[in-house]
Formats: sequence, structure tokens, C-alpha cells
Amino acid sequence: MLVSYEWLSQYVDLTGISPEKIAEEFTRTGIEVEVIYTRDNGVKNVVVGEVLAVEPHPDADRLKVCSVMVKDGELLQIVCGAPNVAEGQQVPVALIGARLPGGIKIKRSKIRKVESQGMICSAKELGLPEKMMMKEDMEGILVLGKDAPVGEDVKEYLGMNDQVIELELTPNRSDCLSMIGVAFEVGAVFDRELNLPDVVEQKAKGKQAPISIRLEAEEDCPFFAGQVIHNIKVGPSPQWLKNRLISAGIRPINNVVDITNYVMIETGQPLHAYDYGHVKNGNIVVRRAKEGEEVVTLDGVTRVCDQETLLITDGENPLGIAGVMGGKSSEVTNYTTSILLESAFFDPVIVRKAVRKLGLRSEASHRFERGVDPERIIPALTRAVQLIQQLAGGTVASDLTVERIGDVEDVVIRLRHERLVRLLGVEIEKEEVLNIFKRLNLPAELDDEHEEYIVQVPTRRQDLTIEVDLIEEIARLYRYDRLPSSLIYGQTTRGKRTKEQEIRRKIRHTLCSLGLNEVVTYSLTTPENNRSMASFHPEAKPIALSMPMSSERSVLRTTLLPQLLETARYNLHHGTQDIAIFEIGSTYITTEKKLTQLPSEHLELGILLTGAYQPEGWNTQAVEGGDFFVLKGILEALFRKLGLRQYEYKAAAPTGFHPGRTAEILVDGKRLALCGQLHPKLAKEYDLNPTVVCQIDLQLLCDSVESELMYQSLPRYPAVTRDLAVIVPQDVISQELEAGIKEAAGELLESVRLFDVFSGKQIGEGKKNLAYSLVYRAKDRTLTDDEVQAVHQRVIRSLEEKVGAKLR
Amino acid sequence: MQKKLMELKNLAEKKIQTAKDLQALKEIRVALLGKKGELTSVLRGMGKLSPKERPQIGALANKIRSQLEAWIEAKREELEEAKFVQQLATEKIDVTLPGAPITVGGVHPLQAVIEEVEDIFIGMGFEVAEGPEVETDKFNFEMMNFLKDHPARDMQDSFYITPEILLRTHTSGVQAREMLAKQGEVPLRIICPGKVYRRDQDDMTHSHQFMQIEGLAVDHNVTMSELKGVLLTFIHKVFGEETEVRLRPSFFPFVEPGMEVDIYDPQKGWLEILGAGMVHPRVLEKAGYNPERYTGFAFGLGVERIAMLKYGIDDIRHFYNNDLRFLRQFQSV
Repeated sequence: MLVSYEWLSQYVDLTGISPEKIAEEFTRTGIEVEVIYTRDNGVKNVVVGEVLAVEPHPDADRLKVCSVMVKDGELLQIVCGAPNVAEGQQVPVALIGARLPGGIKIKRSKIRKVESQGMICSAKELGLPEKMMMKEDMEGILVLGKDAPVGEDVKEYLGMNDQVIELELTPNRSDCLSMIGVAFEVGAVFDRELNLPDVVEQKAKGKQAPISIRLEAEEDCPFFAGQVIHNIKVGPSPQWLKNRLISAGIRPINNVVDITNYVMIETGQPLHAYDYGHVKNGNIVVRRAKEGEEVVTLDGVTRVCDQETLLITDGENPLGIAGVMGGKSSEVTNYTTSILLESAFFDPVIVRKAVRKLGLRSEASHRFERGVDPERIIPALTRAVQLIQQLAGGTVASDLTVERIGDVEDVVIRLRHERLVRLLGVEIEKEEVLNIFKRLNLPAELDDEHEEYIVQVPTRRQDLTIEVDLIEEIARLYRYDRLPSSLIYGQTTRGKRTKEQEIRRKIRHTLCSLGLNEVVTYSLTTPENNRSMASFHPEAKPIALSMPMSSERSVLRTTLLPQLLETARYNLHHGTQDIAIFEIGSTYITTEKKLTQLPSEHLELGILLTGAYQPEGWNTQAVEGGDFFVLKGILEALFRKLGLRQYEYKAAAPTGFHPGRTAEILVDGKRLALCGQLHPKLAKEYDLNPTVVCQIDLQLLCDSVESELMYQSLPRYPAVTRDLAVIVPQDVISQELEAGIKEAAGELLESVRLFDVFSGKQIGEGKKNLAYSLVYRAKDRTLTDDEVQAVHQRVIRSLEEKVGAKLR
Repeated sequence: MQKKLMELKNLAEKKIQTAKDLQALKEIRVALLGKKGELTSVLRGMGKLSPKERPQIGALANKIRSQLEAWIEAKREELEEAKFVQQLATEKIDVTLPGAPITVGGVHPLQAVIEEVEDIFIGMGFEVAEGPEVETDKFNFEMMNFLKDHPARDMQDSFYITPEILLRTHTSGVQAREMLAKQGEVPLRIICPGKVYRRDQDDMTHSHQFMQIEGLAVDHNVTMSELKGVLLTFIHKVFGEETEVRLRPSFFPFVEPGMEVDIYDPQKGWLEILGAGMVHPRVLEKAGYNPERYTGFAFGLGVERIAMLKYGIDDIRHFYNNDLRFLRQFQSV
């Protein structure tokens, strides 16, 4: 809402209240002020001049030499190139030393040897906004009205000294979509008296012009008022009215249309004027459109309507789309002499539907969508009728005609003083409460016995419906700043995270310490991305948005990994080669083709490594990140940190992974994680060097970690270390050997550690050599050589028997 | 004999003290105390002494032997220390050479803000709750007192999957879920961080996906002054004790009275950082709390907004591009 300070001052005493003060206080009491601006565009020293004579320029066909009077007896010679300059015009004259928008300064000059003592300005040169001007006003110099006083600062005449306050209204405060509504608010905030215009209902002079109103769609339009005016002269509005409309952001068109707009801004009630000559028999029928019914609107566009569109018709032809835009056929033009004025209530929902469907948004629809005040429908109409009589010379041809279904009554709300005090947490005096209601113009009385305020809420404040709404009114005018701030009362509670949240946090910080950066990617992706990498949930059906904004973000992800690949690619393309990242986020899983219930949201951990995990230093070697075993090392460090002890690796070949370099991690036979090298084809697709990725089921991880921790006493007897190198067939896996060693060695074996793997000619085709370091220790004694030897031999024999191992 | 021994002792002392290095000292030791050493050779003449003299000379010889050994040992230690010092001097390194490049990672800045906010509210007795990102129209809107024709409920503004299911547009739906789960029990104090989605084109200030933190407290007699106290505590902890704060009345369907909260920035003026208010009676009622018996406050803040203000970030897309050159700037957080 754009509020003209000059216009506002008509309705409320603004003495001593600057626009800045309004902005500050409004913002603090609930109406945010976006900006305040003056309409002068930096114009200085431009006055109204009268063109007394126009003569051709001696040296240039297109130029003219004008004699312009800028005050009594002072004539200036000005060279002007505009074709429309003519004797007898009042025009804006930039004097020597004048300033125009864009920092232009007017100097004495010679144009083709003829001296020019200033400049006659166009609307554009004065910085007047093009979309607020009539087309003819934008061509050539700006010709002012005959009433423009010669010698006066043109800013005064054009309203350019006005200041405009732009309000950012929340949806509940549609009462401030009018100057009167804003005046009420100023009255409340600054405790000022209002000065609202008097309106007197006008009766028909002479014979009644026919007018009848029929409401066929009662719910959509329960209230319609109309009145006919004859003998009007359509023409331009007076400058003061134009100025106010321009301040309000509305382009002046002609006096009749301008008055309907003026009254709309003044009262908040949109009005419409029909050319009465095109309303058959003065009939108004309000009904829903038929499917496919066409209406040509004022802008000349043919609109195809459906049954959700409300039309104003004359019983035969549509006259306009209710609350949105009038029809071309009944448009008020320069030839119109008789009009039918409409003031009505249209249901916000039906208007919003039309606005959406037709893509038409107007000042009128904006107000109807938020609900207009039924109590202002008739006063607004009457006000417009009065102004048209004054400014367009009309005679009232019909009495005010109203069709109305049902009635709206003021709402009465009871506010308990104790409730007010308890909700706000401040002891506020009853007198102050009553005073606030008075400032708000809400009639209120105190029921002493019950300690209640009985408040009558007029229809202009439709946002006030229950007790707590009044509490807010009191609080905001009491001012939030004055409320005390206190600690939380009541029973104390222990704040905490859940176990899962704690574990997630620990994962996050552990991985960061291990050199990984956390990323957050989008949950929406493409169906192709979802298919490119295996999900934990192969049965998942895609969850697609019904109206995606782009195909890139059209379905919910079923795995985190594709977005990590995109992140890696983004970074590579931006010059970062060494990438170690992880994300904790949800995947969205359903088995339904069409969702009837919420999908399950699985929290997962995704990891990606490529490039150097630890870069090469001047005396240290690089650790390559795109290596399965680096990833595995990170996972094991993480698992140790979390207390996950029982799990196993099993070779796997899921979609998107390297078929020979990928494992699943199992906990009790359930799949905890997929980790491995990214399939080289996919790596190529994403421009990635060897890359390893991992996804972990976080719920299973949280369920599997052991939070119980018991101290074990430190060993008191020495350990004996024996190495063991065996040659086994290539397909024997390390895990099998280790398990064999542990089983055969029994409880004397404290630990076993692989320290070397190699294969080559000296070992034999299809064979590999694995070297382990075994540590033996007994809890209760020092082991003898013989004891160790016996166990060690048992291990060797067992490996020979079970996996065909040969001692090297 | 006695004289000879004393001469030997005096001579030996000089030799020991002037030994140049450990090798020389070793040779001196052999020359003095070895099997063919000087002391032995003197003692060989013991046979010629009278039985009366022998024990005296014997005692003297032993005393001299111990004395020489002590001198040698002391000299050895001295020489070894000198050698060690010399050795260390050769081991000197250039301490200004770079260290081994050990990498550390960092928590995402949005997550860092969430953790900070969580910690503050946990300190004030709040539990951390979570809710689904794919939400029903009922919880996202209806339970939060949005009327059926509210613009946010239009397909144009929110990511609907079906007419009844959408990506949540705010974390507020968790309020209703938590209240229903508590079944009327009080006190209820939760905060809920999470992702939310709106049908906006991504640009410098808009993101179709972003993060919010919701807060809710319900109890007998929760007051607006408590809300104010909680919010001031939070703001002063995140932005500094001196931060100037402004509470402005504003409107959200699920609170009444409602407010927006601004902080003052000397360069940029007042900046909005969160919305809050007293839980709307209809919201309490729908979630099974009698608004005559219970009141509550709620607030919601944008995590990106806090992070952008706190770290001076100018483009919201940075958070989701995950450029490591951006992320690595937050490793110390």
C-alpha cells in the first residue's frame, strides 16, 4: 500500500508527525514500512510558465523560439524542439540553474546561435514515471492544465513535493488497504482525532433511470449496490486528484475512472463504472460463468472462463469479471455520457480463483481477495456519486439501489483482564487498556464485576474475532518494547538430544577430525540420478512432485550418492582436486506408486573421496583418496569411535559401484553400508578420477553401536610375538584366514595383524602371500616357549588343512 | 715404594685431566690400570718389601686405584656430555619449513549454526525434536491454523506431491506432532531443526530448499515475557551481549500475538532474524491442549539467515553449491 502523506493529512491531523515518524512508529506497532520516498526526483527550480509567442528558429526547421512568461512581467527566450509547443500553453520551465533528474543542470546556452534562457520540460525530463502518465502526456513537452499558476514551483502543481510511505501489510491487516484505514491506525498509534469525509446519499433528480439487480450466485456475491448517473462529461481529472492517484501508484485515465479509483484508495472499497448505454435495460445479473464462456476484458484480451468465474452480466451479455476486471463492451470512454456505478462484496475465494486462472491482478482484486468491509460498500458508492457530480458534472438518475442477502453485525468480544495480564506477563492498568481501545476506535466498556472488557469490533477490523486478537491489539499499542523479559517459569526440564541425534553429532565431528568436510545438498533430484546408484531400498518407487520447477529437481532422492558425485564434479570444475566430503541426510522411500501415506525418511550417511586424502608434503608421502582401503580405514576409525564392534565385510557388486572393489558391511546379517570404488563408467561421466563412495544406514548404525563400556585390566604378563607368512590361493580372502587363525589359536591369541600382502612369480601363478603378526599372551602367567610353539604349530596346521595354506 | 706410588698418582691425574677425547681416555686407562699398566708394574715390586710394610703399601695402592678410577669416570662423563652437545648441534633443523600436510575437515556452516542454537536451547531445558520433511497438508497447514484457501496452500507456492502430501514449507508442523505425541502433558519444551521447501526460484536470497529451527514451549501460564526472555538470551549468545533487539508485532496464522524480531546492525540498520509469538488457541486446541488451561510460545528462525548475518555471507546458494573453497573457511567453527 502506497500512502500519500499529503492525502493522508486530509483524514487525520498529522501536525508534528513526519513521514519518518510514521514509519518508525508503525513498524514498532505492527505495520512494517518498506520505504519512504519523495516524488520530486531531485527536480529544482522548475516553474510554471506561459508560452506567449512561438516563432520559427532562423537556422533550424525543427526548432522554435518561444517567449515564455515565468512571472509577472518576466519573459524568457527559450529554444524548444518539441512539435507540440504552442501559444497559450502552460508549461514546466527549467530556469537557468535548475536541476533535473540524473544530475542535469540547466545553463544559459546558445542553440544554433539563438540564446536560450532555460528549457521547457517534457514529463520524462521531470522524471515523471511513464506508467503513471497518459500517452499524450509523454509526447513532446508536458502541457499543464489551465489552472497551473504561472510562476509557481511546478513541483507544487504536480504534487511532486508529496512523500509516499510504502506499507508492507501482513495478510490480516487488509483494513489498511485504504487511506481511511491508515488514518485509523495513525489515530490509534499517535492518539489523534480523525476527520473523515461526510457522505450524503443522493436521490434521483427527475425520472428514475431503470436499474435492477439480481444476485444468482448468492454466496459469491451477497451484496451489490448500484446507482445511475446521466449527463456526465468524461474528461481529464483535476490535477490534485491526478497527483494523489499517482502517489498511490495508479495511472490517471479520465475523471470517471479516476474517481472510482480515488474512492477505492480512500475507502478500500473497489468500484466499477459501466457505460450505462451498454447495460441492457439497466439490468445487472451476477452469476457464475458457463464453461468456456468468453469475455473481452478492458485490456482487449478475450478471456475464456469456467464455472469457477463470477461474472457481472446484463442478463444477456457479460459486462465484466466480478472483482477482477470490467468488460470492453461497457467501458467508459470519452463518448460516455451515462454510467452505472457498482459497489459490491465479492467472495475472496472466487476472486482469487479468477485472478489465478486468468493471471489478472489489480488493485481491486487485491482488495476483494482480502475481503472488503461490507459497511463501506454504500458509503463508498455515495462518495463516488458525489465526486462525479462535482468533477464530471453528472446528474443523479437513479436512487441508490441495493440488493443484499443477509446482514453483517458488529462482533462483540469479551476480554478478561486476568487473561490479558497472564498471557503477556505484565500488570497493565485497566485505564490504559480502555485508553488503547479508545485510540483504536473500538467501543469498549469495563464490566467491573467480572473484570472483563466488552468490546464492539466494527466490520472494518475483520481480523479481530477472538479474545486473543484483542490481547494482541493491546500488546502492540502498549508496545512490545515495554514488556518485561523473564526466565522460563514452571517445572524445570532437562534439555537433551536423543541418542540418535548424539550419535549423528559424533559422526559429524569424527569425520571432520578425519579430514572430511560436511556438505548439504538438495533433496530433490532427477529420476536418472536415482537410478544411477544403488539405493538401500531397491523396491523404492520414485516420489515425484506434481508441479516441479525444473526436471533437475523433480523427484525425491532415494540415495545420497549422486548428489555427492555432483558436488565432487562441481568442485573439480572449480579447481579443487582433493575432495573428501560427507553428508548426513534423508532418503525418501515408498513402495506406493501414488502416495497415500507419508514415505519413510531414512537417514543415511554418504561419503566420497577422490584426489589426495592426505596431500604430499616436502618430506611426507601423499595418501590417495580414491582407494578402497583408505575409505575402509576411515570407516574403521569411525566405527571404533562410535563403539561399533561386530561387523563384517562381504564383496558385493551393487549398481554404480566397481564390481570387484566394493563391499557391503553387515551387522547381524543386516546391511549397514555399501562402500567401494565408484564404477569407472560413472566416474568418467562425472569427470572424476578414481573415486570411492560409501553410504551407511544411520538408523541401523545407531541401533548397533554399544554404548556400554567396561574397563579391562591391563596385562600383567609379557606377550610373545610370532610372525606367520603363508601362501594361499588368490581367492582365499583375508577374513577367512584371520578367522582360521583365531579359531585355531584360541584364547592365548591376543591379536592378529596383517602386515604384508604380495603376489608374483616367485610365489606361483594364482597364489598370494600374506604375512601376519600374531601376539600371544596369557592372563595369569608368563608363556613358555614351548606353549607358544605348540599353539603356533596348531595355527599353521589348521591353515594348511582348511585353506590349503603353505608356510613360506 | 710409597714415593713411587705418589708420583704415579700425581702424574696420572695430569694425564687424565688433559685427555682430549674418549679414545684417549680409554688408552690412558689401559696405560695406568691395565694388566701391563703402570700401577701394576709398581706393585710388582711388592715382593721386595718387608712384611710389615706390605699391608700399608697395599692399602695405599688400592686407595690410589680407586682415586684414578673415579677421575677417569668423571672425565668420561664430561667428554661424553661434550660429544652429545656437539651431536645435537649437528641435528639442527629449519623450524620454519612447512609441517606435514595433515588435513582436517569442517562441519557445514548451516549445521554449525544448528549445533550452536541447539546447545543454547538445551541449556534452557529444551529437547531436540524432529519431524518428517514430506508432510501432510493437515500438519503443515490445517493444524497450524492456515485456512483452506490460504495462498501458501496453492500448488504454485509449495511442492505438492499429491493434493494431501507436500514437502513441508516450514518446521511448524512439528509443533502439532509433538503436542499430539505428548497427549496433553506439560511442560513441553522443544526445538526442531530441519529442512523445508518452497516453490521459489533459486537466486541470491531465495532457495527452494532451506533450513529452519522451530521452537515451542507449552505449559500452564506461559507468558509473552518468557518468550521475550528466551529470545533475548538466544540472540545475545549468538550475536553478542551488546546486540540491540527490536520486537515488532507481526502476523503468522499459528500465533497470536505474533511478532518479528530484528537485530540492529550499525551498517545495515534493523535486520529481521526470526518470527515468534504466543501459540494460537486454535493450534493448541487442535493438538489436544485446552487453551483455557494451557498457553505456549513458539518461534521459528531461518538458519541460512542467521549464518549469513553471522558470517557476512552474501549469496544463499553458497550453502548448497558446497564449494570446498567456501566450506573450508568454516573449519574453525
